[in-house]
Amino acid sequence: MRKLLIIAFKDVLLIFRDRAALLFMFLAPFALTIGLGLATGSFSGKSNSGILDLPIVIVNEDNGQLGNALVEMVQSDQLADLLEPEFLTDLEIARKMVDDNKTVAVVYIPAGFTNSIIPNDVTSNSTQIIQLELYGNPSSPTGVGIVKNLLEQFISEVEVGRVSGTLAVTQLLESGAIDPSQAMKIGQAVGELQTDTQVGTSSIKLNNVTAAGTEVKFNMLALLAPGMALMFLMYTVSNGGRTLLVEKAGGTLPRMLISPTSSFQILGGKVFGIFLTGLAQLVILILGTTLLFKLDWGDPLAVLVLVAAAALAATGWGILLAAVLKTSGQVSAVGTAIMLIFGILGGSFTNIGIMPNWVQWVSRISPNRWGLDGFTNLAMGGNLANIVIPVIALLIMAAALFLVSVVLFSHRGIGKE
Amino acid sequence: MSAILEVHKLAKSYGNFDAVKGISFEIHEGEIFSLLGPNGAGKTTTISMLSTLYTPTSGEATICGYSITKDTMAVKKCIGVVPQDLALYEDLSARENLNFWGQMYGLSGKSLKIRVDEVLEQIGLIDKAKLKVKTYSGGMKRRVNIGVGLLHQPRLLFMDEPTVGIDPQSRRAILDSVKDLNINGMTVLYTTHYMEEAEELSNRVGIIDHGDLIAIGTQEELTKSVGETDTLILHVGEETNPETLSEEVRKIKGVLKAEVTDHQVSIITPTAEELLAQVVTRANNLGIKIKSIDIREPNLEAVFLNLTGRALRD
Repeated sequence: MRKLLIIAFKDVLLIFRDRAALLFMFLAPFALTIGLGLATGSFSGKSNSGILDLPIVIVNEDNGQLGNALVEMVQSDQLADLLEPEFLTDLEIARKMVDDNKTVAVVYIPAGFTNSIIPNDVTSNSTQIIQLELYGNPSSPTGVGIVKNLLEQFISEVEVGRVSGTLAVTQLLESGAIDPSQAMKIGQAVGELQTDTQVGTSSIKLNNVTAAGTEVKFNMLALLAPGMALMFLMYTVSNGGRTLLVEKAGGTLPRMLISPTSSFQILGGKVFGIFLTGLAQLVILILGTTLLFKLDWGDPLAVLVLVAAAALAATGWGILLAAVLKTSGQVSAVGTAIMLIFGILGGSFTNIGIMPNWVQWVSRISPNRWGLDGFTNLAMGGNLANIVIPVIALLIMAAALFLVSVVLFSHRGIGKE
Repeated sequence: MSAILEVHKLAKSYGNFDAVKGISFEIHEGEIFSLLGPNGAGKTTTISMLSTLYTPTSGEATICGYSITKDTMAVKKCIGVVPQDLALYEDLSARENLNFWGQMYGLSGKSLKIRVDEVLEQIGLIDKAKLKVKTYSGGMKRRVNIGVGLLHQPRLLFMDEPTVGIDPQSRRAILDSVKDLNINGMTVLYTTHYMEEAEELSNRVGIIDHGDLIAIGTQEELTKSVGETDTLILHVGEETNPETLSEEVRKIKGVLKAEVTDHQVSIITPTAEELLAQVVTRANNLGIKIKSIDIREPNLEAVFLNLTGRALRD
């Protein structure tokens, strides 16, 4: 184990002394994040790139003030670049669109939704509230998460209005300022005012309030930064895999093999070195974006778990490249191609939810896809429990890739002849 | 003296190509044994098998009493290897390199530090130990490369052409250090294609060519095997064709062999001085200008030429 660690730390040290590698590992993802941030208007508070354009379907059977307010919200200018709403009247058709992967989510506003929150009779004790329904596409957790976030914001503000309106009317009744016959009219007026205020001031933005009450600002950079970090993680791991072949050609790998060090220790050390480098890269990028862009990546423990899982899965790809390919040049070329392909497939540049079915299916082979799903969940207030699936998927990916690599290395040796 | 290395019919093939063809020899504790042969003769392949990097196609060898195929870890602990090509991390300093490789050989803590300091002193780089290896000259890199092989004080040191591509001063320093190591009790297997190095360093020499060990013995034994022959070396101008002169010289009575290397013709003959006049006359007749002439007494070059019909540097 000691030699394994020595080899790993030597590799990390060498990478951190390689200026070209450092540029790619740290400067490039920062620059691209900033560039895309500027392009999407994330720094100016405007989003005008249409980077998401999430297709959603609204089925509004309510037609009351709140239902209409929700419709107005999704059609507002502020959300124009984020959402592409379509309006249907048939819920089954809308759901089928989700099932057929033609849209990210269906927002169903049932009949009586407004009345269940702003009843005609404000003195009634009815507590039964008809709920909004969100029917999400499981293949687009990021998109569904954003829509869910918007709905929660809407509901939260409506709830505040309802409680304060009810309280105001009740106090007027108790103080004798009004009589029960006036209460109904005043209650409706308060409800309408509340609804008008929400829509009129466009108070609903890309914000959410978590159950814990902590304000979480959804920032476009929360998508861009992890996307870039994960994409350049693939560069780091392919570069790490490349060093195995560089060492083979440069004679240091054969020299290790003729020292009293086992092949397992050498390969383990190389793998652990790649993993540590990838881990360090992600942690530094996360800390950097947190400090520079005030980006909230979410629950630190969950972020760390996800980062470790993503680095492990990516390391699997790096070591597989070294096992399959014969020269460091080949690993560089194929590694760069994989970095870009996984970047596109994994959603580093665009929302994967709007891509064809087969692309979404293929994207599951990339650590970027699962990593980005996890980071988005965390950025939107999720915790460890919300990233179980991405983490497990990444760990399975890592295990499978390591297994295949070990089998390949055992057939051809890691540095002999 | 007991044998620290015993090689028995060791062979290595790559498909139809036999890189090493069942060679056998032994090295005794405390001696410097040179494997002398031209490039591609099988020297590095032999070292690679003995250091457990390559698996032999057939045959066996034992080092320090351990089989190179069955007890690889024990063999690795007993040997040190200085590879032909530099095998160092250029972005690490000499000290960092030695620290890393020392740990690969199981050294740690105080003993590692002491040993690294000793080796840095030994290779004359203690003052430049903190500089990255990539800033060193070729000779300095070679010295670090050798230092790595010495760190764990192996009983048997393999040195695979350690002086290739370096300046004469560094070469001299390396040859002297090999002698010093041997004086201090280290057994050395030294491969080279430089006859002079083998002659200077070795207690015994094995001549290898095309994967075959064609002769083995002390320098004296080997030179005796070719008889009392001298080597007459004619250096000709670059504008002339030495092949023409070689063919002409072969016709002279008393010439055993005549071979061309670069711009020189090597003639094996028991009567070098007597032939000299005839050789010069024939060169003049052919219009070939001889720039200089050397007469050498029997040496390993002559042995190689006699055994293979080719010059060592072919």
